[in-house]
Amino acid sequence: MITQLLTSIAQGVGLTLYVTGASLLFGGLIGLVLVGAARSPIAIIRAAATLYINVVRVIPPITWLFLIYFGLPQYALRLSTLQAAIIGFSIIASAFMAEIYRSGLLSIPDGQREAAHALGLSPFTTVGHIITPQAFRVALPAIATYGIGLLKDSALASTIGVREITYYAQQSAKQTHEGLLSFVVAGALYIIISLVVALVARRVDLKLRRKIGVL
Amino acid sequence: MDLITQWLGWMPNLTPGLVISLQLTGLALLIGFPFGLLLAVMAEAKFKPFQWISFAFVEIGRGLPALVLLYLLYFSLPDAGITLTSLTTAIIALSWNTGAYASEYFRAGLAAVPLGQKEAAITSGLSGWTGFRIVILPQALRISTPPLAGLAVLVFQGSALAFVIAVPELMSKAFEIGSITFEYLSVYTLTAVIYGTLTLIFLGLVRILELRLGRHLLRN
Repeated sequence: MITQLLTSIAQGVGLTLYVTGASLLFGGLIGLVLVGAARSPIAIIRAAATLYINVVRVIPPITWLFLIYFGLPQYALRLSTLQAAIIGFSIIASAFMAEIYRSGLLSIPDGQREAAHALGLSPFTTVGHIITPQAFRVALPAIATYGIGLLKDSALASTIGVREITYYAQQSAKQTHEGLLSFVVAGALYIIISLVVALVARRVDLKLRRKIGVL
Repeated sequence: MDLITQWLGWMPNLTPGLVISLQLTGLALLIGFPFGLLLAVMAEAKFKPFQWISFAFVEIGRGLPALVLLYLLYFSLPDAGITLTSLTTAIIALSWNTGAYASEYFRAGLAAVPLGQKEAAITSGLSGWTGFRIVILPQALRISTPPLAGLAVLVFQGSALAFVIAVPELMSKAFEIGSITFEYLSVYTLTAVIYGTLTLIFLGLVRILELRLGRHLLRN
């Protein structure tokens, strides 16, 4: 019974990872733009970035998904469930990623920028080669933690019909009447994926630390 | 202008949903926070099985997506012969989830109270439990309050999940209106505005609370 459940629910692992990964990627990219905008010298751009980040964060994820999946087709923008989920989670992730980047950037002492300037590096090279690599190293553990949070949030995609882990668990719960077992299997899958992500992140973190000689 | 009249027209239908959302949040916090404190104390207990029980509750509550925890209880409790309303099920699931996260904050708070306080309590002749209650706990609670208040805001947002097991809260009321009028975009925008406004108000209160609790540090 349990192997049968496992094989049917494990079908959703692919889409769970896909939704999480794609949203983290797009959210991470939009987050970069946001953090740049939040440090812009122009006040209106700064205010717009802050407003965006706050508006995104105060609305529950499920409301975002419904707004996008059910709301947008009214304006003839018909999205597949998968597209809607990825767009929704990318928007949410972008705000959180921007905050993570910001704390990473704050941890870089001003002296680094000044030193780069004194060495005659262009602002572009400074950001690309001096600031970003250091900030990324600081932000990595937070990014991994957020990634795991996003993985768990991605379960919400089942509510608009994306066929991921929770969707299949719900299907088997209804078909086999093994409600407890179905969701225990689903829960176990989420925990296993989280553990793998945490382990990989820790290894990468250690590697980066060794490279710069801390530790 | 049309939008405003439309929104005002929906408010009487949405308000009962909002009340249930707030009830759900309130009860989840009322049950979840003491449960979290219990889990935190059990995690520090010398009696090993207490530690294991606490570990299991915390890891399940935090490791599973809240949605999966909700479905898990919703689909499995009736099989175990326990029939509850969907609202009760949602309260249990959210309380568990809240308790698991809260226990980590309580543990951090308890760990932040210097050991000397405990020793001083013992030296003053206070028994273990009394010393914990009147010396350690108040100091720990002060440290844990800001993150717990932040968690409370997240629990309010999480209450929207109860929609999936047909609790008649704000999201399901919005869904009802949407399926009748087909004005999904408008009704979900209104819902988002309601959630957003209340969350902002809560966050403002949290900020004030943080400032108030930090007053004794500012004076020095």
